[in-house]
Amino acid sequence: MEALTQIKSRLELAVPGIRVELIPNPSPSQQLSLWVSTEHAVAAARFLRDDPQLQLDFASNVTGVDWPDLVVRETVLVTQPLDGVPTEFETVRETIRPGYLEVVYHLYSMALKHGPVILRLRTANRTDQTHLPSLTPIYRSAEFQEREVYDLFGVVFDGHPDLRRLLLWPEFADYPMRKDYVEPDDYEYEPTPHGAVLERARPHYSKEAHHG
Amino acid sequence: MEHRNEEDRPGVVLTQAQACIEWAYNWGRKNSVWPLGFGLACCAIEMIGASMARFDLARFGMEVFRPSPRQADLMIVAGTVTKKIAPLVVRLYNQMPEPKYVLAMGACAISGGPFKQGYNVLKGIDRYLPVDVHVPGCPPRPEALIHGLMQLQKIIAAQKLTGPNRPRFLKAEVSGEYPVPQYGPHDLEPGYTAEYWQPPKLAPLE
Repeated sequence: MEALTQIKSRLELAVPGIRVELIPNPSPSQQLSLWVSTEHAVAAARFLRDDPQLQLDFASNVTGVDWPDLVVRETVLVTQPLDGVPTEFETVRETIRPGYLEVVYHLYSMALKHGPVILRLRTANRTDQTHLPSLTPIYRSAEFQEREVYDLFGVVFDGHPDLRRLLLWPEFADYPMRKDYVEPDDYEYEPTPHGAVLERARPHYSKEAHHG
Repeated sequence: MEHRNEEDRPGVVLTQAQACIEWAYNWGRKNSVWPLGFGLACCAIEMIGASMARFDLARFGMEVFRPSPRQADLMIVAGTVTKKIAPLVVRLYNQMPEPKYVLAMGACAISGGPFKQGYNVLKGIDRYLPVDVHVPGCPPRPEALIHGLMQLQKIIAAQKLTGPNRPRFLKAEVSGEYPVPQYGPHDLEPGYTAEYWQPPKLAPLE
């Protein structure tokens, strides 16, 4: 399979107006992935599927990632007057990178036996702009997996033929795989609570101070 | 007559006749317990294994797994009861005719098992249903399930036909239907049927 940088440049030629970025992966596998702009995602997926050199005809896996707001700390030099003399100070500047929801597609080629090419789509934020284009019209196998991402992360896929909750019931209001999901507080007796369970247990034990 | 109890039955002839009927009635019932053929997770595979030739539940008259709750006597809750399936399990139980029994098979059906701290798994089916026999294991081997079923046979054999201790299905005023929980926005509502089950009391941590 050709290099991802080459796929990126061909994608930019094939889909006018698209923005593509290579997302580095700090893990030992060093597996790069492609971020594509939301409005051109369907065209990009169609290109990846129909291009004769790629023929990525199989979406093996669709998954979601929740990126909460991240405080980025960086040390910068600031010039300030000290006793009338401009002096450089090192200060820590904190910027907040707004969070977003991400959907990751792993695309393989059954025809040419290569892959994966990893495609990432990101929403504008985590609260009200959580819409992404559905790739189910391109990859039929994405249908249930996009429903699962909708169910657990709350990403709304525009153009999905049947976007309903997959695992939880329709009346369920939360998105359990988000980092800020609050579980129902239904702790019950555990013989040896430890770790995170012990922390959940503590208020219950002090509240109901029964003996025996 | 091994089940005869002279103290609460003064009439000797009547006692013997009644004990005979009771024994024969219970003997017939306990040797034809037909389970409801449904499984929720991996325990169901062991349940299927127990019913097949090697372990052979037919020796106990229990090989007839019924596909319809209307024809079943025993509900084997075999596997993880997620909160989504829990109302349907209770509804299936309500559709079974009396006398009916519940066997909780495996750690998940008893307490939630390895998924107890999850948001989506019921912490034991006895929050909504009256469980007669608990069979622990993850999953229990077919021998354990057979042992649980033999315990159920003992329970059935010991049931009285008259008197205040007679089972629920002989009391006309007691309903065999249990409340079906509703899907709520965050959890099942209610989390348990408080009339029949309460969470264990917690001793304070040291």
